[in-house]
Amino acid sequence: MTGKLDLDPVLVARARELARRAGQPVVDLARSHTTVSVERAVLRLAGVSGADPDGIPWVNRLVEAVVADVGLGHGVAVPVFDALAREGITDVTLLAQKAAAGSVRFALPTGRAATAARSAARRAVGAGIRRIDRRRAERDRLIKRHGDPKQRPWIYLIVATGDIYEDIPQAQAAARAGADVIAVIRSTGQSLLDYVPEGATREGFAGTYATQENFRLMRAALDESSKELGRYVRLTNYASGLCMPEMATLAGLERLDMMLNDSMYGILFRDINPIRTFVDQRFSRQVHARAGIIINTGEDNYLTTADAVDEAHTVTVSQLLNEFFAHEAGLADWQLGLGHAFEINPEVPESFRLELAHALLARELFPDAPLKWMPPTKHMTGDVFRGNLLDGFFNLAGALTGQGILLVGMMTEAVVTPWLSDRDIALQNVRYVLGAAGGLHEDFVPAPGGFIRRRANQVLGEALDLLERIGEQTLLTAIAEGTFGIMKRPADRGKGLAGVAAHEADYCNPATDILEAAA
Amino acid sequence: MSRQIVRPYGDTTGDGMVQVSFTLPVAHDKRAEGAAVQLANRMGIDPAMLVHAKPMGDGFTFFVVYGRVNHLVDLDAVQVVERDFPLLSAKEVNTVVKQRLRRKLSVVGACIGTDAHTVGIDAILNVKGIAGEKGLEYYRELKVTNLGAQVSVPELVEAARAEKADAVLVSQVVTQRDAHLHNTREMSAAFREAMPAGRRPLLIVGGPRFDETMTDELGVDRIFGRGTTPGEVASYLVHALITQRKATT
Repeated sequence: MTGKLDLDPVLVARARELARRAGQPVVDLARSHTTVSVERAVLRLAGVSGADPDGIPWVNRLVEAVVADVGLGHGVAVPVFDALAREGITDVTLLAQKAAAGSVRFALPTGRAATAARSAARRAVGAGIRRIDRRRAERDRLIKRHGDPKQRPWIYLIVATGDIYEDIPQAQAAARAGADVIAVIRSTGQSLLDYVPEGATREGFAGTYATQENFRLMRAALDESSKELGRYVRLTNYASGLCMPEMATLAGLERLDMMLNDSMYGILFRDINPIRTFVDQRFSRQVHARAGIIINTGEDNYLTTADAVDEAHTVTVSQLLNEFFAHEAGLADWQLGLGHAFEINPEVPESFRLELAHALLARELFPDAPLKWMPPTKHMTGDVFRGNLLDGFFNLAGALTGQGILLVGMMTEAVVTPWLSDRDIALQNVRYVLGAAGGLHEDFVPAPGGFIRRRANQVLGEALDLLERIGEQTLLTAIAEGTFGIMKRPADRGKGLAGVAAHEADYCNPATDILEAAA
Repeated sequence: MSRQIVRPYGDTTGDGMVQVSFTLPVAHDKRAEGAAVQLANRMGIDPAMLVHAKPMGDGFTFFVVYGRVNHLVDLDAVQVVERDFPLLSAKEVNTVVKQRLRRKLSVVGACIGTDAHTVGIDAILNVKGIAGEKGLEYYRELKVTNLGAQVSVPELVEAARAEKADAVLVSQVVTQRDAHLHNTREMSAAFREAMPAGRRPLLIVGGPRFDETMTDELGVDRIFGRGTTPGEVASYLVHALITQRKATT
């Protein structure tokens, strides 16, 4: 479906070129830095697992020990595998335990010891990446066996009880009621933890911690549901916050299917240091590319803080940047769940036509990406009856503009975490709209010269202007000055900055080497 | 008749009609419908008309019930926090601060704890404001420091000290497990500990789920609930920090 808006292909190409120009310095920055979380992800791939009695993962303890002895800038892989050889042990988790107890010293080997450490690290990390490959092949088999959802958009539903054993029956019930994708909302504040909690969660705040064990439990439960329902039910979590690379790695190892993974969300909304975020993001996207995971970007969030009409073009700009960063990291178009949202104030005249213009613009700009369409939240007032109507219009806009992934809106948004009945009513709303008008995108072609075409072209024009301005001052400056979502985030501030280091000349990361060799 | 008694209104004065919906953890059958009517009766709805019953998943049924409640509401017995300060325009606020405080009034705002929802604090502080009313940053005589989301209590106390805050505004949207109440108590306790009574800034919390009568319990000076506008907050600041304070000294 192209050509519904009569977009000028020269302008579209220009927009992509400007996005590349704005993004390239950030990629260069990401390629020349590492972070504690990237290094912990490498160790997870190499087989370090578990946590100390205080719940601090061994990967954290091991990275801390290496950093204390030789710093972060060389990468931890070589010092770790060198120490392993010197200690005469093969179990990296055991080494982490010894390191935490202070009985192992780390050094930078030279000559043959260095070569040996490099190849041992590469073997161990390679085994981890092969596990991810096997999980991807397994997904392909299961999709072949059970099938994909019959309709587009896929119906995406959230569960969040704080207890994984409550989440499981809720997720299974949601799948039975029609959900194609289940997202388990994380516990509030997990994004700012600089470690990944361990084990099954029984008590979280406004969500359930993302842990490897929770991933495993939920994936197994949804495999049962997939079998029962005859369609593969996908599982989503969050590769965001301070542990983004580790989340991506654990998702690959446990066969999660989608991950929220935005290039700027952590910077803008969690005040995480911009450099930390971009370095972590590139690594996590390389892992997602390898694991066959669909990423969901977070452009919807800009519109919850900024005005959805005035700032519509910032969504387009961010989508173009997310696309550039994603392609650079090796993700294919089918893996780009670029985000956008239905957040225009319903009191604005022609608000629905404006929404259609914005939604169709995204569709036309990214024809092969499974766009993630987010429901109204900002203008949900607690009037649940009006909210249900608004959600109906949101669903209709999704059907009309051929969105790929539709997050089910709740009429009780901003009132309570969704009740069983809220979810049921919301799914009924989606089913009605998709049942009654699911194919309407075939017939929906805005009139030439009409309101929707004019508006879409105007937003594209504004996006180009903004990209030109970013080009003049660099992306990091634009973020520092509050261009996206009105938050000002300078590059030398924010959480997690201490865990960033520039590469030394001998920096070694076998995971990146393997992932980039394949791309 | 001095007492004002009212009943819910369906389509006739005094008919007492209400509509409720709820879910029972029972599979849908005749007995489930009877159970719904029994619940409605116990809620004071009599007669109760069960207008909709729908099975949801395994072992749950959703009901919509219309009916007449026998409860009466005594308007004289209703307790709410009425606005006890005059509502001023931005210009009037600026004038009072300039003439009577003779320096800028310093306001520090934040979302504390793990709450990442800056919607509330931004609506009150950002120039953009809410509902066509500009936020406190727009007031010339106010010096606003918006710390944003997920600010720890010690960070907030430190910022209040550094900015010589006259008032601290805290927004809490997330209410899971009463997080908004815990966070507010932690915040007010920290300020009590860090600063002597006379030097402490005015502590104000806001959010959609606060009970405005709980100021003493939470250790704050004022609570603002759903629908508060920047103008109300600015007017309160002037009232509490300047006009009222001058009047009592």
